[in-house]
Amino acid sequence: MKKEYNYNFTKKFKLANLISIFFVLTSLILIIFKGLNFGIDFKGGTLIELRVESNNIKINDIRSAFSNMDLGDLNVKEFGKKGDYLIKFEKKEFNKVVNIKSIKEIVVNKLGVDVNFRRIENVGPKVSAELLNSGLIAICLALGAMLFYIWIRFEWQFSLGSILAIFHDVLITIGIFSILSLEVNLSIVAAVLTIVGYSMNDTVVIYDRIRENLSKYSSSTIDDVSNTSINETLSRTIITSVTTLLALGSIYVLGGQILKGFSLAMIIGVIIGTYSSIFVASPILKYLRVSYKSIAKEEKN
Amino acid sequence: MLNFSKIKIVLIYLSFLAVSFFCFSNISDSNNFFLKKKINLGLDLQGGSYLLLEVDSTPLQKRQIQSKVIPLKKKLIENNINYKNFKIKENVILFEINTNDKEKFEKFFKDKNNDINIYLSQYRSFELDYVFEKNLVKIFLSKNGIIKINTSAVDQSIEIVRKRIDETGTKEPSIIKRGSNRILVELPGIKDPERIKELLGKTAQLSFRMVTDDKTEFGNETFILKDTKEKISVSKRIILTGDNLIDANPKYDNINQEPIVAFTLNRLGSQRFGQATSKNIGKRLAIILDNEAISAPVIRDAITGGQGTISGNFTFQSATDLSLLLRSGALPAPLSVVEERTVGPDLGQDSIDAGVFSLIIGFFLVIIFMIIKYRLFGLIANISLISNLLMLIGFLTLLEATLTLPGIAGIILTVGMAVDANVLIFERIKEELRKNISNNIQAFDLGFKRSVVTILDANITTLIASIILFIFGSGPVKGFAVTLSIGLITTLFSAYFISRHLTSIIVLRNREKKLLI
Repeated sequence: MKKEYNYNFTKKFKLANLISIFFVLTSLILIIFKGLNFGIDFKGGTLIELRVESNNIKINDIRSAFSNMDLGDLNVKEFGKKGDYLIKFEKKEFNKVVNIKSIKEIVVNKLGVDVNFRRIENVGPKVSAELLNSGLIAICLALGAMLFYIWIRFEWQFSLGSILAIFHDVLITIGIFSILSLEVNLSIVAAVLTIVGYSMNDTVVIYDRIRENLSKYSSSTIDDVSNTSINETLSRTIITSVTTLLALGSIYVLGGQILKGFSLAMIIGVIIGTYSSIFVASPILKYLRVSYKSIAKEEKN
Repeated sequence: MLNFSKIKIVLIYLSFLAVSFFCFSNISDSNNFFLKKKINLGLDLQGGSYLLLEVDSTPLQKRQIQSKVIPLKKKLIENNINYKNFKIKENVILFEINTNDKEKFEKFFKDKNNDINIYLSQYRSFELDYVFEKNLVKIFLSKNGIIKINTSAVDQSIEIVRKRIDETGTKEPSIIKRGSNRILVELPGIKDPERIKELLGKTAQLSFRMVTDDKTEFGNETFILKDTKEKISVSKRIILTGDNLIDANPKYDNINQEPIVAFTLNRLGSQRFGQATSKNIGKRLAIILDNEAISAPVIRDAITGGQGTISGNFTFQSATDLSLLLRSGALPAPLSVVEERTVGPDLGQDSIDAGVFSLIIGFFLVIIFMIIKYRLFGLIANISLISNLLMLIGFLTLLEATLTLPGIAGIILTVGMAVDANVLIFERIKEELRKNISNNIQAFDLGFKRSVVTILDANITTLIASIILFIFGSGPVKGFAVTLSIGLITTLFSAYFISRHLTSIIVLRNREKKLLI
């Protein structure tokens, strides 16, 4: 029987698992001690995207135009094209004297040129706390629902294995966001949920094959079965990752500034998710002593 | 799996055509029932303003607690309960009773038919809660009591918010209730929501009261007049409120050409206004708006016709705004903006351009990759991908869904992930072909059969994630969940029916075993 691929994955499991554990722990430490760069969605505050057509305006002019207004922590950066700036500040709640209208007027006066306020977002402290909460609840619910679905469709070992793989993917993705100080906002939650879906999708394909092969080659060890199954599905795993990454790469490069964080999180997630289906989800079945017998026994029950 | 009956083929392509037909309605101007459906553009794409308003019901809670005082005292006496040190502190009623009167108090206070602590049957709880601290009784609004006040304040406010926004001429605003104390306002096409925020930031509670130094039973309040900064003492007795107004318009005063607001009162209002003005000629009438005295003119004649004017150093703009506020009625409680997102129309257009451009490029990259990888069958996967995309857009149109920037990202992601189903099938067939199987038909048959379960499992898991995202996501993120969910469903359809049918055509013509893929 001719096979397209025949790599020995199982031999690399131990090393891969050590690497995974290292990265997951590092990510956890980063998330706990370095923390995340929360955007205004989760921290509260104000964001202004503006465009100045004049060539004489430099980033320092923008910064000084916004300073001395008692807006709290101020962050100004260039955003995409020349003349586009993104300004973020801490101030969450406005009153009759200091409000978006007055800020706009002061900035226009100080810069002395036409300013196009392209985007203004303001999130109050209550709402930001709620958004963070509902984001976390959504991710937990999604994980719970996945756990349940796989538990029904497969055996509990598979369910546990796939969830651990997802945790691995999500934690490392967030860890990368922490170390690079990339902004975490609502669209990152959407990206994380999609990663959860994608990683699960990828794991399910391999698990499906492992289950099938376990019954087919009932005398083989789980190591051999995993290896065969990973090799058999490898071509699909690669092709799907490539097409998904092509699409995501296109969003990242061409989709504009607003989608950059989202598509980057997805790209990282897809790469880690593909890795974890092979090197995290599969070995866990071995550690949980899945065999033809354990499956047959459970099916009997 | 490869045999399709004629009826099935007709049904498959008919449903494909029916759904994808709706793509065209986006580019047609027809008002036909079928063609008038369009995909809505989210505020982040068409530009506009999203405002989340929160009703601050504390003044209403305070009023509700105050309204309980007199009946409660009466009821305590009726039930022979001696109380002392009765007071209100921060929305809590406090008084002391004898410890052996506690039972008597609980008996009437927890009676479902009592008229002080009203039983809210829809929440299955009482309006008020109480605690005993030795002989001290504390009465305050229960959680559901507060929810009830919030809900009725929001319901009343929504109507008034709508009227005020309509008066500004904003096109197609969407105003909906969010939770128990919030209102979500979406204003497409608005570049600068400041005026609307200003209009919504005022409760516009108007009252006419007499300026007097006499001590009356209602008590007096001191105000500082807005125009002259003069200190005046105003009776708490209200002659008229804004509720009695039926119309208000900005005008110029005939004498000094100053902008003023001319108002018309309803019948009841005219009567009361007529009586009050005829009795008090020569005295001053204070016009109080949101706890600010805007003017206090001297009454020269009895005003019986139900028409009057308000002056107070207005500009024509502020007179216009005040008329608008008075026409649309007073808000029961102050509203504050707790979340605001405004996108200018040019940024929206830039987002559409970038989104569509990256969609086209991503789409071609995937198509080229599939052709290189699978040749003829890549073509089938691509046809299935295109039909998938058409159906996805058709469905979005049919549901009149809102397309957001993350929604476009969802479509691109669907393009990337949609080929997965085809890849799963093709790879499986390849494997079957490598085995000792007599002919192509059998290999394809097995390949399809065995991959179906995997495809379903794999897609359902992603679908679960995106449905949860739809439920919990807000605004633009919701748009992402919508396109991703529908994309998964159209993916299943196009892979399972369209690619399978196209494959069957090729396989049935090449029965001999050879590696087609």
